[in-house]
Amino acid sequence: MRRYIATRVVTMFGVLMITLLITIALVGSNMDTILTQGIVFQVRSEITENPAIAESFSTVEEFEEFIQSQIEQRIKILGLDEPWYSPQRIGVTMYKIMMLDFGNATFLTSDEGSSDVKDILFEKLPRTVLLFTSATVIISIIGIFLGAFSSSKVGSIIDRITSSFAIISSSFPVWWIGMLMIFLFAFTYQIFPARATPDIPSSDPAYIGSLLYHMALPLITIVMIGFGSWAYLVRNFMVGIMQEDFIIAKKTIGIKQKKIIYTHALKNAAPPIVTILALSLSGSLGGAIITEAVFDWPGMGRLYFEAITVMDLPVIIGATYLLTVFFLISIFVADLLYGYFDPRVRTGK
Amino acid sequence: MSNITPREIKKEFLKSKMGIAGITILCMLIGVSIVAMITIPIDTFQEWNNPGNWISNPKVAIPIWINIFMVEKIPEHKILESPTIQNISNGEINLTSHQFGVNFDYDDFPNDFIYEFSAEYSDSPLLQMSVIRPDGLKLDLMSTSLPYSEQRTTHSERIFSTDESIKKNLSLQSEKFNFEFKRFSSEDIIFSKIESKETLKGNYIFSINLYGVNTDNQIQKSKLIVGGKAFGIMGTDELRRDLAIGLLWGTPLALFIGLVVSIASVIIGLLYGVYAGYKGKKTDEAMMRLNDIIYALPALPFLIILSVTISNSIFVMVGFLMIFGWVGIAKVSRSMSLQIKTRGYVDAANMMGQKDSKIILKHIVPQLLPYAFASIAISVPAAITTEAGLSFLGLGDPSFPTWGQILHDANTFGAAARGMWWWIMPPGVMIAITGLAFVFIGNALDAIVNPKLKR
Repeated sequence: MRRYIATRVVTMFGVLMITLLITIALVGSNMDTILTQGIVFQVRSEITENPAIAESFSTVEEFEEFIQSQIEQRIKILGLDEPWYSPQRIGVTMYKIMMLDFGNATFLTSDEGSSDVKDILFEKLPRTVLLFTSATVIISIIGIFLGAFSSSKVGSIIDRITSSFAIISSSFPVWWIGMLMIFLFAFTYQIFPARATPDIPSSDPAYIGSLLYHMALPLITIVMIGFGSWAYLVRNFMVGIMQEDFIIAKKTIGIKQKKIIYTHALKNAAPPIVTILALSLSGSLGGAIITEAVFDWPGMGRLYFEAITVMDLPVIIGATYLLTVFFLISIFVADLLYGYFDPRVRTGK
Repeated sequence: MSNITPREIKKEFLKSKMGIAGITILCMLIGVSIVAMITIPIDTFQEWNNPGNWISNPKVAIPIWINIFMVEKIPEHKILESPTIQNISNGEINLTSHQFGVNFDYDDFPNDFIYEFSAEYSDSPLLQMSVIRPDGLKLDLMSTSLPYSEQRTTHSERIFSTDESIKKNLSLQSEKFNFEFKRFSSEDIIFSKIESKETLKGNYIFSINLYGVNTDNQIQKSKLIVGGKAFGIMGTDELRRDLAIGLLWGTPLALFIGLVVSIASVIIGLLYGVYAGYKGKKTDEAMMRLNDIIYALPALPFLIILSVTISNSIFVMVGFLMIFGWVGIAKVSRSMSLQIKTRGYVDAANMMGQKDSKIILKHIVPQLLPYAFASIAISVPAAITTEAGLSFLGLGDPSFPTWGQILHDANTFGAAARGMWWWIMPPGVMIAITGLAFVFIGNALDAIVNPKLKR
């Protein structure tokens, strides 16, 4: 088991490094341009703020030369004189990103006004977790019970409704249903707010309540679209298990159907279900991007959307990194759980 | 899993109601695609994002068929392009007359009207515009001379209902009406009853007369637009685009994206997995590690970065979707090929000295084909929704009117807040229907090929 965990950790770390490398390779040259522009802007604004510097030069050429040398000096300090693909710079960049140092955002700021990408990200992340983790928990509870229930009555009306609902709901994009929900429940019948961002500052004690109220509509939408496929999945696992010999044996002994389903069968269906739960928790973090953009929920997804619109690369890189880390952690947990439940995986057979 | 012949699959498939429903929907979608490609010229969709192309359409018009359900009929937008032309020559003076008949049968006034023309003339002919109403009343709207020119020249112009001189002309005829209409717009006056400000239903005739001294004066292009609030089968959006065209063209594009991505990724995954499983040992180990890595990449953030930095062309996007699509299939087909390779005939072929590639393609891959077809069908909806999602975020290819693109525009222009359901509903319904067709087919196939699901 220990060896199994060790290999998984090594693999996951490798994946993280590769993701980082690919990300840097993709945005490297653009990042350099942005950083250089940032330096030029910074130097010029510093000099205009301090008129004494400009006065100390007699000719315009000299002055320009001074500015130029200042810019070059700073470029050198930051290591921007070397291309992004030089091993040294890649190393530094990767180390910085790993240590969650993403630099400063170009345009976006956190609610408190900080332009440090780390501050922005750690302000948004809890909200995404709040919305999508609660949604995933609700979905899985409904799904497991509905699925277990339908598997006990295979072919019944409830079973059929669950199955067809699962199939139909899985072909609708959640974010489109979100648009419809906003259309219906925010504008036609004004029950919920249209924008999920509370309009009071986050320091206000009423903020939590307001946030939860604004969360209602996205939460309902995600649960509505999500629980069907969960129930269907659980149902299929359970149907398979119900046909296994030991269950049939229990049936012949005369143990009640209900007891068999909710204790024996569900226990046996647990490993894949728990694994999928872990996976969908990670998926919920990344897959939420578009849904958040629709509802304007102030989390990672909307941050992504805003960062794309203004092309704020440091924020995009930071958000991608954070999502990758979370994604990997949950895959890792899912892996471990799977190995724990199914010893065949562990031994590599 | 492996001992089903294609004929059996077909037989079983035709027995499943779900499969038939899926095939029926798919055939309809293919039909729509063919109709779109035949009836709508390809340059229309290439001009999708060119506002100039849609100038004669109304802004945010509701679909026409809504009028069936309405008690008060909403005025339809009318673009009239073929007038009745008369040429009368009376000695020196020449008259070219264009007449447009408008059947106005609605309970609300039109938004406006625009007369668009280009005339070829020399000298300075006189252009007159008037309307004969259903109650026989004739209103003079405009009388102007076109700019003087010694040589033959072509002059193009648009006359809008908001034109000051039309208003002035109408106010000169105010004694014909029994109510004070000073503050009303020209089109309200023209289409109103004499007694009060209510729409007068019936046939209106707009005539445009061009008087000139020369015999060869001509109106070449002549178009009358009576602006309404309803247009086409699917209405229009904020940028006056005919949504029916976007929706129709979205169909072949969605099918293209979905099918290309899923077919290609299933083929890649199948070959990759089978090869890894067949080779075994270190090759397998290495290939599966690579598989793990790609599996662990978060797809959507990556797709976002890729389309931000590399290109948002639809073809590049299709390529990226393939890269993320093949991993799961590779895992499953590897485990399947591990089973198949232990069978006697594979061993036999191996001993007879057949090449690996031949064994894989001839003996192992055919066994996996039923599974591959089911996976193709099942993975199509994901490809379509992912593309739609990326387009929704504004990362789509702007030169193609995909459904996600339409929804993106709807979101940017606040369609939900403005109650423009016809901008939001149809694209999503189309995405869902297309997804459903493939989910149906996939599930029906899966139930046949996958013995575990059989009861």
